[in-house]
Amino acid sequence: MTHYHVNGRHYAAEPAAGQCLRTFLRDLDVFGVKKGCDAGDCGACTVHIDGKPFHSCLVPAFRGEGREITTIEGLATNGEPHPMQKAFHNAQAFQCGYCTAGMIMTAVTLTDAQKSDLPHALKGNLCRCTGYRSINDALHGTCNIEADVAGKALGASLPNPFTDAIVTGKARYTMDLAVEGLLHLKVRRSPHAHARIVSIDRRAAMAVPGVLAVYTWEDVPKRLFSSALHEDHLVDPDDILLLDNVARFAGQRIAAVVAETEAAAEAGCRALQIDYEILPAVFDPVLAVQPGAPLLHDKDQVTASDNIFCTLQGEIGDVAKGFEQADVVHEETYSTTRVQHVHLETHGSIAWKGEDDRWHVRTSSQAPFAARQKLAYIMGIPPRDLHVFTERVGGGFGGKQEMVSEDLVLFATMKLGRPVKWEWSREDEFIGATTRHQMTTRVKIGARRDGTLTALDVEVFSNTGAYGGHGGETLGAAMASPIAAYRCANKKGIGHAVYTNMTPGGGFRGYGASQTTFAVECAIDELARILEIDPFEMRRKNVVQPGDNVESIWKEPSDASFGSYGIEECLGIVERELKKGNGVAKPDGADWAEGQGIAMAMLECGPPTEHRSGAEMRLLPDGTYHLACGSTEMGNGITTAHTQIAASMLGTRADDIDIINADTDRTPYDTGTFASTGVVVGGKAVHLAAEAMAVDILDFASRHAGVPIDQCRLDNDGVICGNQRISLRDLHAEGAKVDHRFSVTRKAYLSPRTIAFNVQGVRLAVHRVTGEIRVLHSVHAADIGRPINPMQCRGQLDGAVAMGYGWALVENMVHDANGHMVNPQLRNCRIPTFADTPHTDVFFADTTDLIGPLGAKSQGECGINPVAPAVSNALADATGVRFARLPFTPDRLFAKLSSAT
Amino acid sequence: MNLNTITDIKRPASCDDIGSWGDGYSWLAGGTWLFSEPQVAVDTLIDLDALGWTPLTATEAGLDIAATCRVVQLHDFAGPPGWRAVPLFRQTIDAFLMSFKIWNAATIGGNVCMSLPAGAMISLTAALEGVCTLWPREGEPREVSVVDFVTGNHRNVLQRGELLRKIHLPAAALSKRAAMRQVSLTKFGRSAALIIATVGEGGADFLLTVSAATPRPVQLRFATCPSADELRQTLEARLPPDAYFDDVHGSAPYKRHVTHYLAEQIRTELA
Repeated sequence: MTHYHVNGRHYAAEPAAGQCLRTFLRDLDVFGVKKGCDAGDCGACTVHIDGKPFHSCLVPAFRGEGREITTIEGLATNGEPHPMQKAFHNAQAFQCGYCTAGMIMTAVTLTDAQKSDLPHALKGNLCRCTGYRSINDALHGTCNIEADVAGKALGASLPNPFTDAIVTGKARYTMDLAVEGLLHLKVRRSPHAHARIVSIDRRAAMAVPGVLAVYTWEDVPKRLFSSALHEDHLVDPDDILLLDNVARFAGQRIAAVVAETEAAAEAGCRALQIDYEILPAVFDPVLAVQPGAPLLHDKDQVTASDNIFCTLQGEIGDVAKGFEQADVVHEETYSTTRVQHVHLETHGSIAWKGEDDRWHVRTSSQAPFAARQKLAYIMGIPPRDLHVFTERVGGGFGGKQEMVSEDLVLFATMKLGRPVKWEWSREDEFIGATTRHQMTTRVKIGARRDGTLTALDVEVFSNTGAYGGHGGETLGAAMASPIAAYRCANKKGIGHAVYTNMTPGGGFRGYGASQTTFAVECAIDELARILEIDPFEMRRKNVVQPGDNVESIWKEPSDASFGSYGIEECLGIVERELKKGNGVAKPDGADWAEGQGIAMAMLECGPPTEHRSGAEMRLLPDGTYHLACGSTEMGNGITTAHTQIAASMLGTRADDIDIINADTDRTPYDTGTFASTGVVVGGKAVHLAAEAMAVDILDFASRHAGVPIDQCRLDNDGVICGNQRISLRDLHAEGAKVDHRFSVTRKAYLSPRTIAFNVQGVRLAVHRVTGEIRVLHSVHAADIGRPINPMQCRGQLDGAVAMGYGWALVENMVHDANGHMVNPQLRNCRIPTFADTPHTDVFFADTTDLIGPLGAKSQGECGINPVAPAVSNALADATGVRFARLPFTPDRLFAKLSSAT
Repeated sequence: MNLNTITDIKRPASCDDIGSWGDGYSWLAGGTWLFSEPQVAVDTLIDLDALGWTPLTATEAGLDIAATCRVVQLHDFAGPPGWRAVPLFRQTIDAFLMSFKIWNAATIGGNVCMSLPAGAMISLTAALEGVCTLWPREGEPREVSVVDFVTGNHRNVLQRGELLRKIHLPAAALSKRAAMRQVSLTKFGRSAALIIATVGEGGADFLLTVSAATPRPVQLRFATCPSADELRQTLEARLPPDAYFDDVHGSAPYKRHVTHYLAEQIRTELA
């Protein structure tokens, strides 16, 4: 045995020969050491060795021998948190919290010189949630939180209830669990974009010591499903099998190997002999609809004649006539890229059979209830025999609105009777998960000389990849709000979601609307430029207004309506701020061109399809409350918002509300946390449940005290009945005597849907020779109704805007001519670092919504949408060149820049 | 990440202890690349740290950098006042995509042996006319310049089992004035082009080293500081459009474009 010192404790243990320190520490149950990439790129696994910071995934475990190893768990002294832990607490410098341990372990080692140059110092620490603003705050000692005062929870910037666990490394994410007798599952992925499996010889794999089972298409239930998660499973095509005998993209899982160790499972995967018949492949949706293109799906419920999964079209008014009335017409084809969510916690699930004889799946999901239904269907078991739950989820962004890891572990555990885990690698995410749908969007738009729009015609080709999950819904979103955002009598659109042999498209923050917003907002800008109308005026003149029909290309009535209307205020804020400036000057030199651009986005708060949520509340014997809501917390801050909603209804402190969420056994049903529903559906359920809880307490207190209910009111941890005050603790005891349980449950449904807006302003400089872009001023105004927690809302917008900049300027998944991703590592497929992320001044319109709970609207999603077009518009302003295709990396700009005047 | 195919770690006190070289053997220096990707062809790691080489040895002849010298040790090195090129150490180290935390583990030798176009220690040691000492498995040590050591993207002259022992930077090169320029597609990202030039007293011996933009470092030597035209024409002649390295960190046309731009900036600075 070798001796290791970790956090002051002594361990005698022997790492495997090629084991890295990260997994070795986790084998010692030191779970604060996280895996974001396992390749040295993200910094989530940062630990100290003899006081110096290392990425523990790159350190051979044997080199830790006899040295002092410190992880986040060992940072406190005598139970007193490190000042940096307090700083992260006070600044709330996290959202999902998955990067926090590594961020803090890095931050505590920084010298003053490094602290004054955070873009450099933090280039080895990735955060996908915050846009780094709150992390910057923590490193500057900024306190962003307010006191938790009874009765004042609504609108207060309260800390996340799990803060202490997150900053100390105690928060348990999906994989942070030691399970006795655990087996490991790994998959062999297809190297071919399109191939039929002729044979799989599993003998060599089964001969690997430790391998217990190999599963292929021959072993699994022949039930087609979609990995996309929605309330109504029929909105997605059932086109996936657990394991298939046709590979439709390079990276599709072909076989699963289950073994005693990950090493054996991997060796088993490598040992499989698979004989493929390679089929012709198609990657471009426009080519995929041509006659003779290779056909992706020949299943009976999917059209067998072509690769079009879904076409949506419509027209209001008469577009041809509208163009005749136009004084100017702009037409351009815009295109947007697929990008990966890169939630720092990869997908992964652990499944086992419980002592209750039921199956339990611990997972990283945005929709455990919808996943349970699908799993029950695929395995042919009743949903009541299945428990699907999350503990803490390390980011989602739509990527976990997808059932991609739960199914195989459940299948394997049902076959083998032992617990099974499948933890994805970062490469798995890039090649085997989903991405934003790549869309190519032709926009033709006409206006009169005064700027009034006369016609808008939009054609979309969406590349849904090998499977159609989310293909129809994202296309629906692409054909909806970005077009409905403008009043124009004549609008027409046609969109196709097309199967190709690419990685499947999936749900991604902005969900189809981002792509059309990019095209339409650039087009509006072009019209304004031609007409020499100020871009703010152009939008004010044409934006949809209360009283208008909120319609894109269909006349059918919609349940979207204005519970509040803040776009004019948002435009005013961004205009004012850009005019005022922030004092950041263009870099010196004639090669730098400066420009300014804006864009707006409209969001219907919630999906047009069904969405529902339930909440349950109980008064506890100690006078505090228990709240259960099915929504998932994945860094969206929904548990904070829900406790604040409940606390405000009950006149208590948020800290007196104990919350659990996203657990099919312990919380009421919830469709899932996606499509901007956390506040407007889950929050509505919490609002109703808390209201009912208050009535229940007052009703009992009134009867108990013999005081009319209208003279009873809640008072923090007590009830005032006339002139007496009864503590909730005593009241609960009185209730217990007569079997009054103080428990309530309520359900919420989404309709009508209110409407939110976002406006982004960008002033930037672009270097005409190198193509480098520097964002000089970034302003965002959001019409999100009443912020339940302003700090959190600002954080969501910081993160959404940062992701928008990533899409516009940084992220680039590159595939070769055979459909293989060339750069499935974070060091080659970059996401924004601290240095890449401009500071954004975030403002809220002063609106209080009449539809959303307590005046609130959706806020986490839509902030991303106006960013990329605002950047394109600013580039056009600076250079006179319209860059219509994302991303705007210097090597894609420079040729046009040097020829521009 | 775990390298699950590894079954043995050898920690020899001397290279003679290794015995015959196995097919699945790999030297382990900092491990920062080795542990960043699966290495399914490797079953045995030979730990160079156990050899105990002195990281940096400065003499009148120049600087010997042991292959196992950590990046952070070179970063913190302060040479004698006459070595005017020493600031390049920090500048090139800052050009790494990697975080300062990786500097604590990554080695100079590891970066050179990886032989990636954007290997900043290749840029540095090539520009400073470094000479590698290689220890073959059989026979006498041999010397090869850094520029010739790297033969292409992820390719070099190392024979099976051969070891990079050290890199010698001659005092003459360290004493020259130097200038560096670098661009990348993202802020502080992997270099699309990293150009260094050094020049001696009175503008003599102008040596331009192009790296990252090309699969391997390319050097242009001029007896005296060239004119803009001379530099451009020499670059065109030595590096036709297809000589540039096209990858996700920059297209070949872009790298060509910025190489010319940055080279001219450096020329102006040093002229």
